[in-house]
Amino acid sequence: MKPTLIKGGHVVDPETGVDGVMDVLVEEGKISAVGHETGTPQAPWEVIDASGKVVTPGLIDIHTHLREPGHEYKETIETGCLAAAHGGFTAICCMPNTEPVNDNQSVTDYILKKAKMAGTVRVYPVGAISQGLHGERLAEYGEMKDAGVKGVSDDGNPVMNAQLMRRALEYAKGFDLVVISHCEDLDLTAKGVMNEGALATRLGLAGIPNAAESVVVARDIALCELTEAPLHIAHVSTEESVRMIRQAKARGALVTAETTPHHFTLTEEAVIHYNTHAKVSPPLRTARDREAVRQGLADGTIDIIASDHAPHSSIEKEVEFDAAANGLIGLETSVPLSLRLVEKGLIGLKDLVAKMSINPARLLRLPHLGLKVGNPADLTILDLDKRFVLDANALKSKSRNTPFDGWRLRGQAAMTMVGGKVVAANS
Amino acid sequence: MSPDKPMKFEKKDLLDIESLSVKEIELILDTAESLKEISTRPIKKVPTLRGKTIVHFFHEPSTRTRTSFEIAAKRLSADTVSISASNSSIVKGETLIDTARNLQSMNPDAIVLRHNAAGAPHMLARLVQASVINAGDGTHAHPSQTLLDIMTVREKKGHLKGLRVAIIGDIAHSRVARSDTIGFIKMGAEVVLAGPPTMIPKGIEALGASVTYHVREAIKDADVIMMLRIQKERQQAFLFPSEREYAQCYGLNTVTLAGARDDVLIMHPGPINRGVEIAPEVADGPYSVILDQVTNGVAVRMAILYLVIGGQR
Repeated sequence: MKPTLIKGGHVVDPETGVDGVMDVLVEEGKISAVGHETGTPQAPWEVIDASGKVVTPGLIDIHTHLREPGHEYKETIETGCLAAAHGGFTAICCMPNTEPVNDNQSVTDYILKKAKMAGTVRVYPVGAISQGLHGERLAEYGEMKDAGVKGVSDDGNPVMNAQLMRRALEYAKGFDLVVISHCEDLDLTAKGVMNEGALATRLGLAGIPNAAESVVVARDIALCELTEAPLHIAHVSTEESVRMIRQAKARGALVTAETTPHHFTLTEEAVIHYNTHAKVSPPLRTARDREAVRQGLADGTIDIIASDHAPHSSIEKEVEFDAAANGLIGLETSVPLSLRLVEKGLIGLKDLVAKMSINPARLLRLPHLGLKVGNPADLTILDLDKRFVLDANALKSKSRNTPFDGWRLRGQAAMTMVGGKVVAANS
Repeated sequence: MSPDKPMKFEKKDLLDIESLSVKEIELILDTAESLKEISTRPIKKVPTLRGKTIVHFFHEPSTRTRTSFEIAAKRLSADTVSISASNSSIVKGETLIDTARNLQSMNPDAIVLRHNAAGAPHMLARLVQASVINAGDGTHAHPSQTLLDIMTVREKKGHLKGLRVAIIGDIAHSRVARSDTIGFIKMGAEVVLAGPPTMIPKGIEALGASVTYHVREAIKDADVIMMLRIQKERQQAFLFPSEREYAQCYGLNTVTLAGARDDVLIMHPGPINRGVEIAPEVADGPYSVILDQVTNGVAVRMAILYLVIGGQR
């Protein structure tokens, strides 16, 4: 592999504190120098001109659904990885709600084998908390950890049994695995299909109250403090959840949290006209909740931005609203939507990069953080000024279920590099 | 209807009350009043919709609405076809969109849709060239019911402005409550909603109605009392403990009715649960206009079909 010089970019690395125009030299898949005048470009060097662009540690999306094995008509590991690469991500976590469920070593092995064949971004599987996601018995964390899982979650099938959740937190601690909780009380959700409130009432759709999320956030924080085990709360959507997580962190609880671009960008109004692309779990909430989520990002209560990329085909989405599946695709819109937070002045660029690279890496206990000499050359070049109109049909994902089709967006990954190899480039 | 300048109905579909203007509602009611007489003739048929095809697509069980629409269509000489979920390809797993496209390929002029999912008629309307008439979608809307309710009140009271309409029962699961609230308020009436707090949906006040948990309070000074059907299954969702307690606390009987005005109208969209939300003496009593509602239902649906597919839109 030829040495590659990434020249003249604005390097933003929250891990090393670097924040300025400099060069990054990549040799043998690793970072060999970061600084000014790292060397005069010479043959046979590859030179990538990054002037006017931002160079960051590789972005990591810790919450995606790749649908393989089992639902390859929605997404495959290959297409999901390609979407990730084009979205600017060098690594992604995939949730275990496949068919079969990733609750054992052989499914983890299969996913990793397919990811290797795809040969683009790194894939870190998340194993199931409970066997078959049934919420009855613990899955085999020890064996899954050996196979390569970086955390456990029953995402999509929330753990309703508090005792099982307690034991999962304790047992996972023994393997240094984080438990990622989809906080939702299914009895409170009942037949709900959107946020509860005046809009749901007017549309005649059954509502999901904020409390469906926050009662379980409260429970899981209590269990986190009881077990002193790390707890990560997925896709925070309500003001109450943000407040409770903030208070728990102030007490020193080992809790971290993520939210999604759709929750900090949209409100429940997106479902007007029964738009199934805006049907998602947890549901899009009110402007008040969206503001609280943004504040949570700004003050550090929410550590991570993750897309909850959830591909569905027209079979699941071109149906009555009640019958439509939850979820939307996010890998290719996460960067531009997140950059809007910087544009609005809600958070700084370095903070945003931390929430999309270093904080996720730390949560997953990855060994190499930031653009340090000797680390694998996983990095993303962002073109903050790139303006484009999102065309759902042009996305790399196999599915088209995005409520952002036709949106005017600004900012995009110009290049994604994994282990020194360019896996995606957008012009 | 001013004879010199007849107003046309401009919409392709009739999906909900929200999207109708006061003028459009008045046009439908005036048309219904003039068509009502046809149903009293010995030969109950006019040629107005001869050569038009109407599909009655009932994805959910219905007796009153379905029969009413079918009779309305036949009295206007339209050809009608009837499909229900159980005798259609729905049971074979066909999606609503595919069913709609197939129906459209047979070029009907109107599809009257009853569906258990809110927004289903709106989805259908976007997909087909035929006019879509919502005959009730989930807990969202039931515009033809509201139009016949408004027609009945206007007929009995002579006007709508300033009237107080009490709607009592399971507001949360009622499309009639939503459409009636929007419709009566649009026509200048005041609406009060009553029921146990478990059956009052969040944010319903945003439609402009007031809310009380006390039936007596709702009934006092009401010009119209609309009782809603209570479904037994709701007990499993913890909405109320028993039919017995419901009847005692929220039902309309001769005792609670004693607090009402002398000229009150008792209404019910049907089917009624005798002895639960309404006592038999009240349902069959002198204030009840429940069967007038059904009679007006045919007239209103004739008016809807005539206005939507009869004229040149």
